[in-house]
Amino acid sequence: MNAPPAPEAIVRPITLAIMALGGQGGGVLAEWCVRLGELAGYRAQYTSVAGVAQRTGSTIYYLEFFPEAAIARAGREPVLALMPVPGDVDVVIAAELMEAGRAMLRGLVTPDRTTLIASTHRVYAISEKSAPAEGRAPGAPVLEAAQAHSRRFVGFDMEATAQQGGSVISAALFGALAGSGALPIARGVFEEVIREGGKAVEANLRTFALAVTEATTPTEPSAPAIDPPPAAAPAPRDPAVAALLARIDGEIPFRARASAREGVRRLIDWQDVAQAGRYLDRLAALAKAEDEAGGSRQNHVLVDELARNLALWMSFEDVFRVADLKTRAERFTRIDGEMGAAPARLVTVTEFMHPRIDEVRDSLPEVLAQLLDGAPGRWLAPLFAKGRRIATTSLAGFLLLRLLAQGRRWRRRTRRYAREEAAIDGWLARIATTLPRNYALARELVRCQRLVKGYGDTHARGSDRFAALMARFDRDGQAPGYAARLAALRQAALADEEGTALARALAEDDALVSQG
Amino acid sequence: MAERSFAKEVQKLRLGKGETFAGEGILAVTKALLQSGIAYVGGYQGSPISHLLDVLADAQEIMAELGIRFEASANEAAAAAMLAASVNYPLRGAVAFKSVVGTNVASDALSNLASGGVTGGAMVIVGEDYGEGSSIMQERAHAFAMKSQIWLLDPRPNLPSIVRMVEQGFELSEASNTPVMLELRVRSCHLYGRFEASDNVRPAFGLKDAMEAPRRQTDRIVLPPANFQHEVEKVRDRWPAAIDFIRQHRMNEFLGGHSGPVGIIVQGGLYNNVVRALQLAGLADAFGQTEVPIYCLNVTYPLIDSEVVGFCADKRAVLLVEEGQPDFIEQNVARILRQAKVDCALVGKEMLPLAGEYTGKVVSDGLQAFLAAHAPALLGKGGARPPEAGSNLPDIAGVVPARPAGFCTGCPERPVFTAMKLLSREIGEFHVSSDIGCHLFSILPPFSIGNTTMGYGLGMAGMAAFQAPAKQRTVALMGDGGFWHNGVASGVGHMVFNRNDGVAVIIDNGYAAATGGQDVLSSRAANRSRTTQHPIAKAVRGMGVEWVKELRSYDVAHVRERLREAMTTPVKGPKVIIAQSECMLNRQRREKPLFKAAVSKGERRVQERFGVDPETCTGDHSCIRLSGCPTLTVRDNPDPLRDEPIAHVQNDCVGCGNCGETAHAAVLCPSFYRAEITHNPTVWDRAKARLRGAVIGWLQARDARRRARWAF
Repeated sequence: MNAPPAPEAIVRPITLAIMALGGQGGGVLAEWCVRLGELAGYRAQYTSVAGVAQRTGSTIYYLEFFPEAAIARAGREPVLALMPVPGDVDVVIAAELMEAGRAMLRGLVTPDRTTLIASTHRVYAISEKSAPAEGRAPGAPVLEAAQAHSRRFVGFDMEATAQQGGSVISAALFGALAGSGALPIARGVFEEVIREGGKAVEANLRTFALAVTEATTPTEPSAPAIDPPPAAAPAPRDPAVAALLARIDGEIPFRARASAREGVRRLIDWQDVAQAGRYLDRLAALAKAEDEAGGSRQNHVLVDELARNLALWMSFEDVFRVADLKTRAERFTRIDGEMGAAPARLVTVTEFMHPRIDEVRDSLPEVLAQLLDGAPGRWLAPLFAKGRRIATTSLAGFLLLRLLAQGRRWRRRTRRYAREEAAIDGWLARIATTLPRNYALARELVRCQRLVKGYGDTHARGSDRFAALMARFDRDGQAPGYAARLAALRQAALADEEGTALARALAEDDALVSQG
Repeated sequence: MAERSFAKEVQKLRLGKGETFAGEGILAVTKALLQSGIAYVGGYQGSPISHLLDVLADAQEIMAELGIRFEASANEAAAAAMLAASVNYPLRGAVAFKSVVGTNVASDALSNLASGGVTGGAMVIVGEDYGEGSSIMQERAHAFAMKSQIWLLDPRPNLPSIVRMVEQGFELSEASNTPVMLELRVRSCHLYGRFEASDNVRPAFGLKDAMEAPRRQTDRIVLPPANFQHEVEKVRDRWPAAIDFIRQHRMNEFLGGHSGPVGIIVQGGLYNNVVRALQLAGLADAFGQTEVPIYCLNVTYPLIDSEVVGFCADKRAVLLVEEGQPDFIEQNVARILRQAKVDCALVGKEMLPLAGEYTGKVVSDGLQAFLAAHAPALLGKGGARPPEAGSNLPDIAGVVPARPAGFCTGCPERPVFTAMKLLSREIGEFHVSSDIGCHLFSILPPFSIGNTTMGYGLGMAGMAAFQAPAKQRTVALMGDGGFWHNGVASGVGHMVFNRNDGVAVIIDNGYAAATGGQDVLSSRAANRSRTTQHPIAKAVRGMGVEWVKELRSYDVAHVRERLREAMTTPVKGPKVIIAQSECMLNRQRREKPLFKAAVSKGERRVQERFGVDPETCTGDHSCIRLSGCPTLTVRDNPDPLRDEPIAHVQNDCVGCGNCGETAHAAVLCPSFYRAEITHNPTVWDRAKARLRGAVIGWLQARDARRRARWAF
């Protein structure tokens, strides 16, 4: 029988796992780490699981370092593992926040051993991006877990560091590893590895240095973000606007005033002061009703939501609005900034517009629109069947869009305006009649507005779903506890694009009614 | 040209005796082949063995110096058939492919090869795509070895062992006139390590010698009565010869202690996991020295009865660590012990999982359970196990989103699926028979298109049954990789011959993209050692299809239109749409450096990028549901009135144009814009920009002044 290993012979390898996304350069980082180990006097072994995960999925690289000196002493080769064992990982490097979460879920991060180095930026997964409303996973629980369950957590936005240094995230992660002190290897060796690599050496070293600094600067957990006090808004020059703002202070509960001011700003921008006045009339009337219905006990949450949703609906996106926004100077400046415009980099912009005959009708006064409802509309339809590319930065394109934007002047006479206004009135009337008897249900009604958004088919779909919910409300709204059911229907309406969830929810609702 | 170049690394293949080789597993295998004196090598790419083929392609020059022929085989069957060269002649050869899918395709040739047997050493290198990262059905290559009687090598996962197994594998093959199979697990393929090299060997008997002096042995051909004779030879001659060789050369290893109440039998590939488990239990040191006896099966088929009996005879219990199912080895060992009347408990999948990868944790847990039951005294020696990880983690399981693989940035396959999704909204849902390749990502969100996939190049055959009179036709998908792999005959030929009335969409991106961008017959680029530029349309027409449309895949509206036409035309017979656009990953790899170089030289270059206007985006994300491009993501809504995140295009947009085309085709929303960035503009460009800027700026300033009146 072999003698049991003598205690001094027990040298364990240093173990590192790298969690990355396909295309993030995890392989480069792993190769750097191998070289780092070798230069620092270790036998380095690394493996990875490639496969289809290389295409944007989660990938994992695993390394072990074993001292060459110990190998020489023992005169034998060490047996190194090819995959991490939970509880036995010294360093976990995650190139994205949720990948750090995944490492923790796999049990790779343990409080007694693991230094967790993670970039806290987010690369959203497809499920988070494709939800019809908010689908993003909250980062706070992962950060909290990282703090609580690692031996040491080094976390900051390394993607930002990489951008600042003009390089890629692997250089920032490498710097964070050096700065963390998790490996008994001097900074100079890290830098030597980057130099040896020979590619983008300057940018990589710069990014590396920034990350080292960031990782070695102790950061106190920052105080919870508090919205900065609103910058002293310039006092309105126009007396009519000043009058509107005064009305807000007089007629709208405190909680909803910021939203109401934004609403007024939006409607002036969308149309004019008169339109903002109309908005405030509607809002103030319901604010009064809400207060009478005991709104103060509810902290006036309904009015605040209504202030925002009403403003959004009243400033619906039409051709005029889009053309207006597309031609503004602020937009040109923003795009120039995003695209890095410079004297040696000229930026031009092309829009993808697709006015259909429906939108043309909607943009005309009812009388003219009716003309197009018949045969002439059918004749003209082919003209509007194709998408149009408009070069906004060209003179012709800009002037065309600016002309369209001027159409704002007859907006209040268009078919679309009349249709939206009627729908808004119907919605507000439902809220008003519901408020005295059921605050929660009235609030749900307010929230239903969020279904209506987007353009073209998306907008049509949203409007149909909103109408379906209103029809349900008209039928069943008196039923006890209907607020919860309406909320469920609204969530179902936002759950998917095809409407499967809503159809199911409506059917369940029917079943309830027939039982009830 | 493949995604990854090994041009620099292959120079390591020239290392001679005594020099230290440091590199990846696949490179080490290649070096071992050269050291074994092979005369020919071939294969078909696929994870985890793709890089082996890339290495071979990049090493052609070095191999040519040694008189070695390399074939980029059309598929795994073609690769396996290449081993026919070793039947009559003392030529060593090897082929490589992924398993089990590749072995499935190859099995006709493998059966024929194994039946007649070989004269020269014949080696099949299979990359076992099992466990984490795998994209295929979880089956074992072991079954193929057993059914055809091919010896199966499963070396310990370190480079010296792998290299030794390659070299001895050829000798074993020759000693037993039987092909051998070298099983390389995923992590072994990508394993970075080192070994001491030997000189490369130029085969004494070359391909030329065989061609100029052909030998015929008709009794090696599978035809009665020889086929019956082969079966007898297998068990009477070849099997015992193999057993003798394996024993004499100690291909299996007895490691650890020499005696003790319990022991471990392990597949070579899992040895390191067993050692790590022993280390964690405090029963082994870093060098794998342990008092627990280990019988390491570097040859997992056939088993050596005498070795098994010898190992188990003095033990109360052995733990058998065998990954995957069925438990072929466990059944075999049980039979051996039973027949030899050895009273030793055999513990295998009783304490280790029946299915799934044997990770470090799985093996460690199994070992603990085994020791607790059969050697509690040993267990006590180990001291405390490392604390269980994550036992009191806050519940983030519901927070961390799944991250499925998906189409790359700017991928030209995405618009095809956008068009299909849009068409199904118009004409209703249709059945889609998918294939193998990047395009199979269509089954994942956001597209969720596809009903079945039956194998590489079998998309069209997979819809063969759906030929009833119906209101809706059926669609088959296939990539150019699948088309040339198998689809020409099994797909197009089948459809034409059977008057299939379905619609086939062939995605022609110029490469076998999913396996790493290897060239195929229809690749547009010239290849220095193969012929390319054979259009798919020509092949399809040549097979007898009359309704063939070639189109640019990025033109979503056009793709939808052609698809609609194919789905609704009264024309009977197969309808083939070939959607073409180069794989963006490969295109960027080629063009990006050129673009950068031109710009830094001061040449005028126009770059396109897409963007989303935050003011007009309402945050419903229908664009994302129709695209799924990694650069199309979401960010906080800057509008104080809204909460939903808005769409956002990141800086790494490559300007493929799909966003604009989709916005048009789907009548989505006007928020997308395309920015053209002109680098190093000419004097004329600048003059135009100045003029426009002046006029537009003047008008914008007027509008801004008007708005400022009401501002607060």
